[in-house]
Amino acid sequence: MALEHAVLEDLRRVVGREHVIEASNDLRIFERDASIEGAAPDAVVLPATTAEVSAVIKIASKNRIPVVPRGAGTGLSGGAVTIHGGIALQVTRMRKILEIDPVAQTALVEPGVVNQELSLVAASHRLFYAPDPSSQKACTIGGNAAENSGGPHCLYYGVTTNHVLGMEVVLADGSVQWVAGDAPDRIGLDLCGVLVGSEGTLCAITKIKVRLLSTPPSVATLLAAFSSIDAASQAVSAVIGRGIVPAALEMMDKVTVGAVEAHYHAGYPTDAGAVLLVEVDGIPESTRELMAAVRNVLAENQGYAMREAQSPSERDLLWAGRKGAIGALGRIKPNYYLHDGVVPRSRLPQILSAVGEIGVHYRLPVANVFHAGDGNLHPNILFDLRDRDVLPQVESAGEEMLRAVVELGGALSGEHGIGLEKNAFMPWVFSADDLDAMRRVKDALDAHGIMNPGKIFPDPQRKAPHLAGRTGLAIEAKWW
Amino acid sequence: MTTEPFARLSDDDLATCVHCGLCLDACPTFRQTGLETESPRGRIYLMTQWKRGQLPFTEDQARHIDLCLGCRTCEAVCPSGVPYGRIIEAGRSEVEQMRRPSPKRWLARTALRQLLAKPRRLRTFGAMTKAAQSVGLTSIARSGRQLPKLRARFQPPAGGIAPAIGPRKHRVAFLVGCVMPILYPQSHEAAVKLLQLAGCEVWFPRAERCCGALLAHNGDLEGAERLREANMEVYRDSNFEALIVDSAGCGAHLKDFYPELTGRVKDLSEWLVEIGLPAPERDVKMRVTYQDACHLAHAQRIRKQPRDLIRALPGIELIEMRHPEICCGAAGLYSTLEPAMSARILEEKLDDVESTHADVIATANPGCQMQLESGLRSRGSTMRVEHISELVIRAFLH
Ligand SMILES: Cc1cc2nc3c(=O)[nH]c(=O)nc-3n(C[C@H](O)[C@H](O)[C@H](O)COP(=O)(O)OP(=O)(O)OC[C@H]3O[C@@H](n4cnc5c(N)ncnc54)[C@H](O)[C@@H]3O)c2cc1C
Ligand code: SF4
Ligand code: SF4
Repeated sequence: MALEHAVLEDLRRVVGREHVIEASNDLRIFERDASIEGAAPDAVVLPATTAEVSAVIKIASKNRIPVVPRGAGTGLSGGAVTIHGGIALQVTRMRKILEIDPVAQTALVEPGVVNQELSLVAASHRLFYAPDPSSQKACTIGGNAAENSGGPHCLYYGVTTNHVLGMEVVLADGSVQWVAGDAPDRIGLDLCGVLVGSEGTLCAITKIKVRLLSTPPSVATLLAAFSSIDAASQAVSAVIGRGIVPAALEMMDKVTVGAVEAHYHAGYPTDAGAVLLVEVDGIPESTRELMAAVRNVLAENQGYAMREAQSPSERDLLWAGRKGAIGALGRIKPNYYLHDGVVPRSRLPQILSAVGEIGVHYRLPVANVFHAGDGNLHPNILFDLRDRDVLPQVESAGEEMLRAVVELGGALSGEHGIGLEKNAFMPWVFSADDLDAMRRVKDALDAHGIMNPGKIFPDPQRKAPHLAGRTGLAIEAKWW
Repeated sequence: MTTEPFARLSDDDLATCVHCGLCLDACPTFRQTGLETESPRGRIYLMTQWKRGQLPFTEDQARHIDLCLGCRTCEAVCPSGVPYGRIIEAGRSEVEQMRRPSPKRWLARTALRQLLAKPRRLRTFGAMTKAAQSVGLTSIARSGRQLPKLRARFQPPAGGIAPAIGPRKHRVAFLVGCVMPILYPQSHEAAVKLLQLAGCEVWFPRAERCCGALLAHNGDLEGAERLREANMEVYRDSNFEALIVDSAGCGAHLKDFYPELTGRVKDLSEWLVEIGLPAPERDVKMRVTYQDACHLAHAQRIRKQPRDLIRALPGIELIEMRHPEICCGAAGLYSTLEPAMSARILEEKLDDVESTHADVIATANPGCQMQLESGLRSRGSTMRVEHISELVIRAFLH
C-alpha cells in the first residue's frame, strides 16, 4: 500500500528527497534479506543521524505505519523483510566509527558500521571486536546487536550481548534513550540486555558502544579430517568433555568442503567425510600446550590428515573458506534454506544423523557447516526454486529438522534470530505464559505495535510472504 | 540479433546468486549510497526479475545498471561463483537495446568507436572535448581535461622485434593496444625493457588492433566481436609463448573473450614473476603504495605478483593503503558518463591514498592512472602515479 503523499513529503523533508525510495519497481529490490522470504516495503528511508531516525519514527508513529530497521540485509530469518509493508529504515548511511578508545578498549560506532571494518580499524591499536559472524565482511554492528549474533570465535569469547556496553536507541514513540553506558557491569535494570537481540521489534539502534579486546599474542589453527560426520561429532564431544575450550571449533561436511574448495582453494581435504577447524589462542606457551592437547584428543577420535596453518595468510585462507561456506553452496544449488537450532553438545551425533535421515527421506541434499563447539547447527537444505513442487518439501524437511532439535532438548535458534521464519514455532518451546510475559514487554515499549510487526511472536495476521521474492514461476507459497 | 527480451542474460548465471549479501560492502556504489539497488545483489536481482518478466524494463531502473562500475570486486568476493562480469556485460548490451537513445551516451559511444578505429584521433580528442563543451556536455569536456600531457607516441622498434638482452629464453608478443601508446608511452617503454632484461624477444604484431575491451564494457558486444575476429587473424598462426599485456582492462578482456588464447595471455607482472627478472642493479629509495587495478585484482585475480615485484626492489618501502582493492572510480568511460558517482568514489580513494604519505602510487592500468592523477592534481598533491613497469625499471641501469 503506497504511503500517502503527505507522509512521503514529511519523510523527504526529514532525510532529503534522494534518501526516500518510493518507486514501486525499486521497492521490489528491497523485498528480501538473505533468507528466502520476501515482501516489499512501501518506502525505504535512509537517515543519516539519530535526530533523523527519531523524526522518521515520529512520523511513522503518528500515522501508525510499520517501521522495519534494516542493516545489510544478511539476516537469515527474514528479520528485515517488511511483511506488513511500511517503512524499511535502512541505516547503512550511518557508517561512522565515532571513537576508538585504546586505553578503555572500547569503540563507539554508528549502527551501519560493517563488523569487519571495525576490526580492521581497531587492528591499528592491536585490538579487535570479538563477535565474528561468518557474514562479517558485510553485516552491520546494528544488525549484530539486533540479532545478538554469534560467530565461530564466540565459543570462547561469548556472543554480541557480552560485548555491547551500551546503546543509544530510538523507541517507538521517537524518543531517544541511552541504555547502560561505560560501566563494565550493567547496573540497575538491564535494559540493554533486553534490547540486544530484540530484532528491531522494540527500538531502532542508533549508536553502539562495544568492548574491544587485545589481539592475542599467538594463535594456532588446526584442520583435521574425519571419515564421517559422526566421527567428527564424537571428537567434538570428546574435546569439550576434556574441559578444553578452544577459541573456535567448527565443522563442515563433505558437501560443504567441496563447494568451499571450488572457490577458495584453501586446501580443505575434499575426500574426507567431515572436517573440523579448531583454533586456540593466548600466550605462546599456553597456545602450544592447548594445541597439543587438542591434537591428542582428535587423534584418539580417528582424526587424520591434521594440518596446522603455518602462516597468517594460510590461516586467513582457511577462515575465508569457512566464512564463505554458506554462500559457496550456491555452486551446488541456487537456493538454501537453513535453521540454526542448538542442541546440547553431547547430542550432536544424534541430531546430525536425524538431519541426514530427513534429507534422505525428502531426497534433498543437505550441507552441514556449523559452530560445532556450541552445538549450534546450520543444516542447509539445498534446492532450486525453479523446480516446481520442491518448496513444500523443503518446508517440511526444515520443520522436521527443527522439531528433532527441540525433541533433543534444544533451542530454536542459536544466533540467526526468530524473525519471520520461526515465529510460528515459538509455542514449541515457550508456554503461553512465557509468551505473554514477552508480549507485555513489547506492549510497554511499543504500544501501537509499529516496530517490526510480525516478527518473533506468532503472528495471527500473518500474511503469506511472496516467497523468494517471486521466482518467475508463480509458486504459491504455503508456509504454515 | 535477438528479439526475445534479455536473451543474452543467462538464467543459470543469474541463479548462481543465493542472495547472501556478502558482496555488499565490497561494492563501491553500495558503500557510497547504502542502497540495495546500487549493490551487486540488488543489480543481479533486478536483472533476474527483468529476465523472468517479473519487472518491466524502465529507464529509471536502467540507471542502476549504468551506475555499476563493472569493477567486478563483487565477483572476486562472491563465494557462490556468480559470474558477475559476464552478467553485467550481457545486461548492459540488453539495456542499450531497450532504452531510448540519449544524446550524451550516443556521443560518448560514437566518440569511443571512432577513437578505437583510428587511435591517432586521440590527439584530436582535445578539440572534440571543446565541441562537447559547446553543446553543454561538460562531463565529456572534463574527461578531456583528465588527459595527461601527451608525449611522443610509443613506437615499436623497426622490424617489429625487440631482441632479448642476453641469451634469448622466451619469445613473446606484446599488446600495444589503443590508448596506452598515446597516453602512456613511457609505461610501454619500461615494460618492453623489462621483458628484454628478463630474456624475452618481444614481437609487435603489425596488424594488431584494439582488443575490444572498452566496447564490451559499454554494452557493444558486436563491435568487440569484430575486433576479436580481426585480431585472431593476426595471432592464430603465429608462434609466441605468451601475449604480454600491461593494461589490466585489456588483459581481462583477452582472457575472457579470446578462448583460442587461453593460458597464453599474461599480465606483465604475472609473467615477470613467472619467469623472473635479473637481480636489481640499484636502489629505489621511495615510499610506494599500490592501488589494485580492478581488472587485474578482481577480473584476473592478480594481487600478489605486482606486490612481489615491488617488494623485490632494494630500498623500497611498500605501504598498503586502506582498501587498496576498492575501485578508484575510473572504470573506463564511467568517469565520463557518471561523473558525480565517480567523483565521490575518487574522493574516498584519495583520502586513503594520502594517508599513506607515499611518494608514488603504483598501478597497472591507464584508466586508474588518469583518474588518480587528475584527482591528485585537483587536490594540489605532490604524489605521483606510475605504472608498475616505470617503478620497477628504476632498479635497472638502462
Ligand atoms: C553467509 C552468511 C553467514 C552468516 N553467519 C552468521 C554467523 O556466523 N552468526 C550469526 O549470528 N549470524 C550469521 N548470519 C546472519 C546475519 O548475518 C546476522 O544476523 C547479522 O547480524 C545481520 O546483520 P545485518 O546488518 O545484515 O542485519 P539485517 O539482516 O539488515 O537485519 C537483521 C535484523 O536486525 C534488525 N536491525 C538491523 N539493524 C537494526 C538497527 N540499527 N536497529 C534495530 N534493529 C536493527 C532488523 O530489523 C532485522 O530484524 C549469516 C548470514 C549469512 C548470509
Ligand atoms: S553475488 Fe554472490 S556474494 Fe553477492 S549476494 Fe549473490 S551469491 Fe552472495
Ligand atoms: S562490478 Fe563493482 S560497482 Fe558493479 S556491482 Fe560489482 S562491485 Fe558494484
